[in-house]
Amino acid sequence: MSCNRLNDAQTAGDAALLELRIDAKSYRSADGTPVEVVRGLKLRLEAGSFGALIGPSGCGKTTILRIAAGLDADFRGELQRPRSGRLGMVFQEPRLLAWRTVEQNIRLALPAERAGVDLTDLAEILGLRDHLARYPGELSLGLARRVAIARAFAVDPDFLLLDEPFVSLDEATADRLRNELAALTTRTEVTTLFVTHDLPEAVQLADRLFFLSDRPTRIILEKELSPSRGMRSKDMVASISDEMRALAAQAERSN
Amino acid sequence: MPRFLSLVVLVAAWAITAALAQSRLLPGPLAVGATTLAEIRSGELPFQMACTLGRVIGSFAIAMILGSIAGYAMGRSKTLDRFADSWLVVLINMPALVVIIFAYIWIGLNETAAILAVAINKLPNVIVVMREGARALDPEIDEMASAFQFTRFKKLRHVVIPQLAPYLAASSRSGLSIVWKIVLVVELLGRPNGVGFVLGSAFSLFDMAKILSYAICFIVLMLVIEGFVVQPLERRANRWRRRLA
Repeated sequence: MSCNRLNDAQTAGDAALLELRIDAKSYRSADGTPVEVVRGLKLRLEAGSFGALIGPSGCGKTTILRIAAGLDADFRGELQRPRSGRLGMVFQEPRLLAWRTVEQNIRLALPAERAGVDLTDLAEILGLRDHLARYPGELSLGLARRVAIARAFAVDPDFLLLDEPFVSLDEATADRLRNELAALTTRTEVTTLFVTHDLPEAVQLADRLFFLSDRPTRIILEKELSPSRGMRSKDMVASISDEMRALAAQAERSN
Repeated sequence: MPRFLSLVVLVAAWAITAALAQSRLLPGPLAVGATTLAEIRSGELPFQMACTLGRVIGSFAIAMILGSIAGYAMGRSKTLDRFADSWLVVLINMPALVVIIFAYIWIGLNETAAILAVAINKLPNVIVVMREGARALDPEIDEMASAFQFTRFKKLRHVVIPQLAPYLAASSRSGLSIVWKIVLVVELLGRPNGVGFVLGSAFSLFDMAKILSYAICFIVLMLVIEGFVVQPLERRANRWRRRLA
């Protein structure tokens, strides 16, 4: 049933770093009936850009992200991303190894050629400098999330996936982390796919928005944002969000 | 302190009972102590204990290694679990004595048979515990490890073994006590040395002082191993837990 492939991108530079086509994805529920999660979804991300998937809770965003990460090969469609590309991933839960220290957690994710790399800068940016020797069980959720983000950036990824990394954080912490994430993605020019149900968050961070429908999920609206990310003030984010919300509602009605 | 006190009470009760009974069949603590000293001086007791301890370590190691591998495999693969589960049930319910007799008959009255017989007796217990451990492995952490392309070795060392550590500790603790008890039976039935052999010959002479002194020495040795090897290892494996805020 699965016929996906991982291909090298044909051309370098401006080529799409990620092309994902999911014709159908379903899984079997506990009572054995198949549940269709995604149908007819097409997604393309250019190198260095930041895409955000926005949709209601439970619409299959995580499923799409897991397929994009290559963690789930059981779908009908095609996934193309450069084989040589390194993946960094931030899951919805921090998913740290509770029995290893923060620093070990970050270092363990590193590929062999980056072993022994200096983590001071990254730890400084994410405010982890004083916590490197601690165990994840001693950290607050906000700190654990930062460790997960640090781990994803430490591998120096070509391709970064984030699955609602800021849910269940207080607004101040979430906001600070958003700014840190924005700074890091701009600095490293990593191609990023971000999943959220929070529209202003997506507007603040992304270049391109993909609005998702309910199950079975597909893209109902795709929008390129201007001005470029990082240049948007708080008011701009708010007004763009309102505009996008109206557009998305309209797109949903017309479907 | 209460632990020490309970030990004192136990020895005192023993001494009083022995003094009242005045029987060859229940020597007092002093008589047993004297026998123990004599046996240690002659080198007899250390030699016999070393023989037994060697068998304990050998069969324990075999059971733990094979049991962990089999248990992990069964915990990870449903098909394998369904296939091998009935074998496991047979193995669990096989009386220790039957395994020992089969081993001696088929392999011969030798060291290999003795150690294997004990290992096979312990094996199903390790498998059952490790299977539970493998079933409890966190699939989310697994996914994280494959997203970051952990190598097999890295995954085993940093992801799998730390999660299995409590199960390893549990099965090695219960394992050590089972193994040394069965080793004595194996020695009684078909070995020319070891604590089990000595107990057997002392039994035929009704030499209670000797039986008690060997039994007590071996129990003490096992407690020392438990306290100075097993427990520190367990603490080390769990040090991240104790720091929980």
